[in-house]
Amino acid sequence: MSSKMSFVAFSGTADKLQALATMVSGAAAMEVETHVFLTFWGIMALRKDAVDKPLPLPTEYGEQGKQILEIMEQRGVTPFAELLRLATSVGDVHIHACAMTVDLFNMGKDDLDDMVEDIIGVGTFIQLAEGGSVVFI
Amino acid sequence: MAENSDLDAVETVQEIDARGSFCPGPLMEMIRAVRDSQVGDAVAVWSKDPGSRTDIPAWIQKAKHELIGVQDKDGYTRFVVRKMH
Repeated sequence: MSSKMSFVAFSGTADKLQALATMVSGAAAMEVETHVFLTFWGIMALRKDAVDKPLPLPTEYGEQGKQILEIMEQRGVTPFAELLRLATSVGDVHIHACAMTVDLFNMGKDDLDDMVEDIIGVGTFIQLAEGGSVVFI
Repeated sequence: MAENSDLDAVETVQEIDARGSFCPGPLMEMIRAVRDSQVGDAVAVWSKDPGSRTDIPAWIQKAKHELIGVQDKDGYTRFVVRKMH
């Protein structure tokens, strides 16, 4: 297994971010160095004013999507932000925000949840990811 | 690994009921509990998540602790680990 995994979190929808948080938790547990590079909609989901609110779902899931979210809520699946926060406290997990997105939408580090470690450019992320596998979601 | 009957005799410092938690919740709870305990302590986690069956022993091996035993209870599994370092 690769000793390093990096995730580009581009999406801001419930389906993809829940999967991201679950995979990052697994990587954290298995002591894999993990980097998450939040960009575009991924950053929007971790804004302080959005982080604890329900995430949108892609419209193509239709009624089925709503039913799945209801089941997850009823059965008490840990919300993505809480799972991601837990992963940062358990393992070698680093959450970075994309400088370009932050700049484009006039945000600063203070606008983002405290689990976001820093704001970095894509070049720095590529450098951090070097030698490991990269997942784009 | 200890047999079911012997496992009941192992004294634990914490019994964590993670039966309401989904993958990887019980594993994460176990990691936190082991981190918060002293070397030599035994900790138990109860899980209904089928992923725990493979994930918890894999983590214990990776993190170099000791899996004292795995017990099938009524509708859930009890994992007992000893913190080794």
